[in-house]
Amino acid sequence: MVFKILQIATFNILMIGTFYLAFKKAKKIYQNIKLGRESKSDDNTGERIKNMLLIAFGQQKMFQNMIPALLHLCLYIAFVITQIELIEIFMDGAFRSHRILYHTFHENSIFNFIYTTTISFIEIGSVLAFIATIAFLSRRNLLKLPRFTKPEMIGWPTKDANLILIFEIYLITCIFSMNIADQAMYMNENGHGYGFLVSGFLAPMFQNLPNTVLEIWKRLGWWGHIIGVFGFMLYLPHSKHLHILLAFPNTYLAKLTPKGQLSNLEAVTKEIKIMMNPDTAFVAPAEADAAPVKFGAKDVFDLSQKSLLDAYTCTECGRCTSACPANQTGKKLSPRKIMMDTRDRLEEVGRNIDANAGKFVDDSRSLLDYISVEELRACTTCNACVQECPVLINPLDIIMELRRHLILEESNSPDEWNGMFANIENNSAPWQFSQQDRLKWEEN
Amino acid sequence: MEKIKTLAEMTANGEKPEILFWVGCAGSFDARAIKITRAFTKILQHLKINFAVLGKEEGCTGDPAKRAGNEFAYQMAAHTNIEILNAYEVKRIVTTCPHCFNILKNEYPELGGNYEVVHHSQYLQELIDAGKITIAGGGSFKGKRITFHDSCYMGRANDVYEAPREVLAILDAELVEMKKSKKNGMCCGAGGAQMFKEDEPGDARINTVRTEQALEVNPDIIASSCPFCMTMMSDGITSKGKQQDVKVFDLAELIAHGQGLESIL
Repeated sequence: MVFKILQIATFNILMIGTFYLAFKKAKKIYQNIKLGRESKSDDNTGERIKNMLLIAFGQQKMFQNMIPALLHLCLYIAFVITQIELIEIFMDGAFRSHRILYHTFHENSIFNFIYTTTISFIEIGSVLAFIATIAFLSRRNLLKLPRFTKPEMIGWPTKDANLILIFEIYLITCIFSMNIADQAMYMNENGHGYGFLVSGFLAPMFQNLPNTVLEIWKRLGWWGHIIGVFGFMLYLPHSKHLHILLAFPNTYLAKLTPKGQLSNLEAVTKEIKIMMNPDTAFVAPAEADAAPVKFGAKDVFDLSQKSLLDAYTCTECGRCTSACPANQTGKKLSPRKIMMDTRDRLEEVGRNIDANAGKFVDDSRSLLDYISVEELRACTTCNACVQECPVLINPLDIIMELRRHLILEESNSPDEWNGMFANIENNSAPWQFSQQDRLKWEEN
Repeated sequence: MEKIKTLAEMTANGEKPEILFWVGCAGSFDARAIKITRAFTKILQHLKINFAVLGKEEGCTGDPAKRAGNEFAYQMAAHTNIEILNAYEVKRIVTTCPHCFNILKNEYPELGGNYEVVHHSQYLQELIDAGKITIAGGGSFKGKRITFHDSCYMGRANDVYEAPREVLAILDAELVEMKKSKKNGMCCGAGGAQMFKEDEPGDARINTVRTEQALEVNPDIIASSCPFCMTMMSDGITSKGKQQDVKVFDLAELIAHGQGLESIL
């Protein structure tokens, strides 16, 4: 009895503690994202929902590459359907019951069928997920696929990726321990098992083990699994693995206009209108006390909230970097690194805010301390990175905002570009040709 | 080539063109791109299409400035162009440059410039579909291998992949796709104002790598639909010493040749 109460207490404390900490971290991430400029997304809800269902839920863009898509699908399906079993596991933990749903309703044959089928599906999913995880680990550590070994992956990012995969193996092992031992015991008592497809097939091999051993094995599996689940919930917000949740809002909020369409800076439009209008051109601006207008982005505050959500959503798969023509030709630019740097800087800003009673205190650093001018300059704006991302992250938006800052705020521009700008301004062509000669091609 | 009418001249005579041909800076000044402009003009004139150009009133759309990050230079250029286009009440524009196409179509509307903009690949396809362009027996392209290099600003930027391929289809040549094409096509290296500066340090040039990908399929002709891709791919072919065996042509040049309006082979 005391043991039972102890177990109930342990479970509930762990559960409440985990949910509290996970919620706190989720709130922090939300606040961090809100530091960015507001982005419009209240249009065309139908199209947005469609994108979310097809691309996040349906994994449509993963299928540009069949083998990783199928492996990833195994993990995804196993993860999603395991959530059903988790409901019962939570109930059992809270009341120290044993398969509470099964034992309450198992006399109803329809329930029985649904229950057995569901758990069997989860088990098959878990076996496939196990195979996929092994394949993923081999791809990273034995085959050393180029996109997993780029410079930005050295250190924590690689460890993070491996940790998640090992974690998955651990969870799968626990759930099978639990189901096999439980089923072996059930068989000993009732002469037949629950009818789960995989554990039901394996359980008879262990039927002869002493009941106490089976009991301990089962309990270890159950506790090992649930502690793993809690650990995963706490680890998730610190890892690259947040995409399992954020892929949904991120695909919903992704831009619906053509990829080639770049926003027009409104602040510049305003200035030009004032300049072009003879009534206002020579009058000092009235709102002298208004906050100075910033052009482009130097830090995370100047990026759109969507760009910041992009940074948290990125799972560092590197499809963008593999497709980037600059990266393929040995330039420093890597779109994945742009996303990782943005997230790292945003986290740094978040910690700064926490350490200073909710207000950001200038640390004389910015996103440009993470991303170099050389990287930004190498981009051809070809949209290959945007095209590749399976969860509609847009590295180009960040690159363009930083480029705007370099030119408009710092006048940091290569000489050749300065020449090009001057030509466009003076003779309406990027080269030094007179506008008067625009029809010369006719003569020839 | 007959004399080309400017929009100013037409307006003075009380005429209105069906369509405005936006030539673009490369099309006006770059020696190689001028050939594309002339080929497209010959097609328009041959089909007796009522078109005009802006001539001296045309200015850079501002694309390279904008992509480099200089929004100010871009919007100044856009402002001037939009004033002129709106003053002439321009409705429909065709251009041979994907960068002009993208910015006129997608970025000018917000600044008050609303036009129907088509790229010449789409316009040529329209003319083919209407039965106005036909090529008897495929011209002299029979047996030639042609591979099409997608421009980023028509492809990924605007999802136009089929129009140029359908235009090439009437040449009766053998169309071969590179391993990386359409959505996965590789950039030529010119976009994002890269055309106007040296590369960042690296171990290869983008246009060389893209040219190698094209050469893998053993083409006789690399077809493009962008004056900047044209420069990049031509330079790539030259750097490989293949200029005798492999030629780079724009869609307009291939169609003009197919129609016997000029000879490029």
